[in-house]
Amino acid sequence: MDRRDFLKKTAAGAGTLALASCGEKKSGAKASGASSFGEGEMTYRVNPNSGDKVSILGYGCMRWPMKKDENGRDIIDQAQVNTLVDYALEHGVNYFDCAPVYLQGQCERATGEALKRHPRSSYYIATKLSNFGNPSREEAMRMYQNSFEQLQTNYLDYYLLHSLSDGNDFNRRFVENGMIDFLVEERKAGRIRNLGFSFHGPQEGFDQMMAHHEKYHWDFVQIQLNYVDWRWASGRNTRADYLYDELHKRNIPAVIMEPLQGGRLSKVPDNIVARLKSREPEKSVASWAFRFAGTPEGVLTALSGMTYMEHLQDNLKSYCPLVPLTEEECDFLFETAILMQQYPTIPCNDCKYCMPCPYGIDIPSIFVYYNKRINESTIPTERESKAYRKLRKSFLDEYDKAVPALRQADHCIGCRQCVEHCPQDIDIPRQLRRIDEYVEKLKQDKL
Amino acid sequence: MPKKKKSNPLKVTRVVLGTLFFLAITLLMLGVSDVLPHYLGWTARLQFMPAVLALNVGSFIVVLLLTILLGRVYCSVICPLGVLQDSISWLGRRQKKNRYSYSPAKNWLRYGVLLLFIVALVAGAAALAALIEPYSAYGRMVSSVSHPKSWIPAVVAAVTLAVIAVLAWRNGRTWCNTICPVGSLLGLLSRFSVFKPVIDTTKCNGCMKCSKNCKAACIDSKAHSIDYSRCVVCMDCLEQCNQHAISYKLALVKQPKPANEKPAAATSKSSSKAAKTDEGRRAFVVGAALAVGAGVLKAQETKMDGGLADIIDKEVPKRQTRITPPGSQSAQNMYQHCTACQLCVSNCPNNVLRPSTDLAHFMQPESSYEKGYCRPECTVCSDVCPVGAIKPISVEEKASTQVGHAVWIRENCVVLTDEVTCGNCGRHCPTGAIQMVRLDGSKPENRRSEGSRWGGNQSAPERLIPVIDEERCIGCGACENLCPARPFSAIYVEGHQVHKTV
Repeated sequence: MDRRDFLKKTAAGAGTLALASCGEKKSGAKASGASSFGEGEMTYRVNPNSGDKVSILGYGCMRWPMKKDENGRDIIDQAQVNTLVDYALEHGVNYFDCAPVYLQGQCERATGEALKRHPRSSYYIATKLSNFGNPSREEAMRMYQNSFEQLQTNYLDYYLLHSLSDGNDFNRRFVENGMIDFLVEERKAGRIRNLGFSFHGPQEGFDQMMAHHEKYHWDFVQIQLNYVDWRWASGRNTRADYLYDELHKRNIPAVIMEPLQGGRLSKVPDNIVARLKSREPEKSVASWAFRFAGTPEGVLTALSGMTYMEHLQDNLKSYCPLVPLTEEECDFLFETAILMQQYPTIPCNDCKYCMPCPYGIDIPSIFVYYNKRINESTIPTERESKAYRKLRKSFLDEYDKAVPALRQADHCIGCRQCVEHCPQDIDIPRQLRRIDEYVEKLKQDKL
Repeated sequence: MPKKKKSNPLKVTRVVLGTLFFLAITLLMLGVSDVLPHYLGWTARLQFMPAVLALNVGSFIVVLLLTILLGRVYCSVICPLGVLQDSISWLGRRQKKNRYSYSPAKNWLRYGVLLLFIVALVAGAAALAALIEPYSAYGRMVSSVSHPKSWIPAVVAAVTLAVIAVLAWRNGRTWCNTICPVGSLLGLLSRFSVFKPVIDTTKCNGCMKCSKNCKAACIDSKAHSIDYSRCVVCMDCLEQCNQHAISYKLALVKQPKPANEKPAAATSKSSSKAAKTDEGRRAFVVGAALAVGAGVLKAQETKMDGGLADIIDKEVPKRQTRITPPGSQSAQNMYQHCTACQLCVSNCPNNVLRPSTDLAHFMQPESSYEKGYCRPECTVCSDVCPVGAIKPISVEEKASTQVGHAVWIRENCVVLTDEVTCGNCGRHCPTGAIQMVRLDGSKPENRRSEGSRWGGNQSAPERLIPVIDEERCIGCGACENLCPARPFSAIYVEGHQVHKTV
């Protein structure tokens, strides 16, 4: 699907905005400080299968704030989660996306804890069957039952087969163990209201999954969509325009993940910031990505892992109401995407699926640090350049601060246990080695 | 109302210079910056004992000439322990005025200690002599606070500080004039110094104020005499005397006697330990293997996302021979020259050097690679060492200086215990001394020990084990430090008694 198609859908999508309160304020009075933008009502989309009225902003519960308990273990900061959930519900967010494996297995419990303080009918819960390692029926059943317990509910609004890549994967994890038949029965029984899957994989894999639609009827599908992946998906991921088109023509609502590429579309190089900001000085860099993700009409909700209140508030600005992108604005973003690709960042979205590394490496922190330096153009490259000395020192000092020495890239032994977990298909050991070799040269001053 | 006393310019000069020296050397010892040694290293090299031990003739002569010319200004300006004592005694005097009095010299004690000190040095026991040597005593105090690596120097430093603080608070410079071997030695010269404070008996009214404020307790006001061997020319008396009866001036008395206390480089017991390797090593290896087994992380049944695996701290392997840093040339050289000032320990940016707990090398530095390894681009310890225990070495020389060699411990290697591919030791060896070979010893064809390249769909990477070319290994410890086996690495460095170029 090309740009024009995207916009056709976009234009149609605008029709569903009837619920949004439009109306530019034409007041001549001076603003008292807060932006007047986003003070309207949340935009909602209607699920054609269930009639659910879902907020275009969905809460991704993979990135709840963490803190250390008295034993130094990472635990979810429940008080913060409660505050965020209350604020989100109050401002119209009604979709919460969990998984049993998120946040070291604490996601469902913490989210359930926060949500049960509100009427069950005021929100939709999504969670997943994350049976990656062990495809046995027992393990899958245990995980399914446990989700109800953790989330403290007796029905799940949206249930996903977590991160499928193709038909083989589907067969191994859901057909051979009979789980898909079981789950379809559960849907009939009303304990699952919508059944779908999330996808990371090649185009053929998606086709195989679409071929199963007639038999199992996917109520929704979760895909990775943003203005970079729309055409330029990395690794084994399929370009999002294809995925969206395949869903849309079957009238399957799309749930959007990684609309911001785990923050990579908000932490961008200076010239990209300038480019986006000069168009809309008062809007955040991230707002462009969220408006893009919400613009196609077949999008049910766009998930954002909002760790901090400012993330939530900024996204509310973008979606209350959603002002769909114009044709010209889409072109502008696609050009931006091309510009971004000149920066050799590592396509890591900091999802932490690769973690924990059994040898203690902090993989995402290393990649996030490296990408940050690339985006800031503070990677020392030539010894001759004037800034080299300063950059070298700051690169090495900051690296030590960002990642403890024991968890840095030089400790990667290349066991490759992480590789299969990466949804972006990054060859993690290879990238770590590349960074290690670079750092080693930098340390030895032999760049 | 006490009349505001006019400060004496000579005393002000002494205080200012002393403070500057003190700050410079303290900064150096704090090891806060890697550029400081470049600018401030000379303050350490000017220290008397370091100069003697390093056979640093220049510094040695400067200090001797300074003493013959001006008296013991070394003690009141250059010596950080001296300035520390002055600071403490200044506080003491604020609490109680006129608290000192003249006391005769305890010559049997000072020269007895000096003699013992020289004997210890000549016998090659620098570490023992270092206990009372003022510069390294101060160094230990600073490093115990800034870089606590081991409790032993910290305890020694605390005891020294306690003794010195009490003595300084109550009596000023008692330590310097009874215990300190440098003070005693310089005292032999300062007796005959060209410039010295002199009492003008025609002006003196016998108020004894000078005597009561003399930190060195060396002014006998009744006899109008000053014991110049103990006077540290602090100039306090010049300021105290309301009659202006004391002045610092040219007062040539006699030609000074030369002081030839320079310690000869002596031989000490040559510790050529026979290679009674196997038993101790085997016991260690078995223990290590057990510990590693316990330490390996079990994969969870359901892998949850996120979090960091615990990392078990590495433990010091049992080395037959200790490792001394490149530049130290040999265990012997280190043993003879090091005063255990901890300057190298505080400044080591890679956490390699730590004070020895072995009594024979008490508090002298040794290398170990649990927290870091001796990085190829670093020569900090050799740059800062003021005593020549670690002699200056260039990055290029270091790259070919063998301080030890790596030893592989089959039982600990994750390639065998965890059945994974690794090769992290070989990948990080700066001299290429480690090759990766098949378990049967044969070489892999295309040397692709590093896992598959882009695309990642090739056959699983081969499990290869390291073999070490001991001739090329320099003992830097990269392999030991980066080895994933914990708490004991599967590859560790054995030290060499004498370093050599490879």
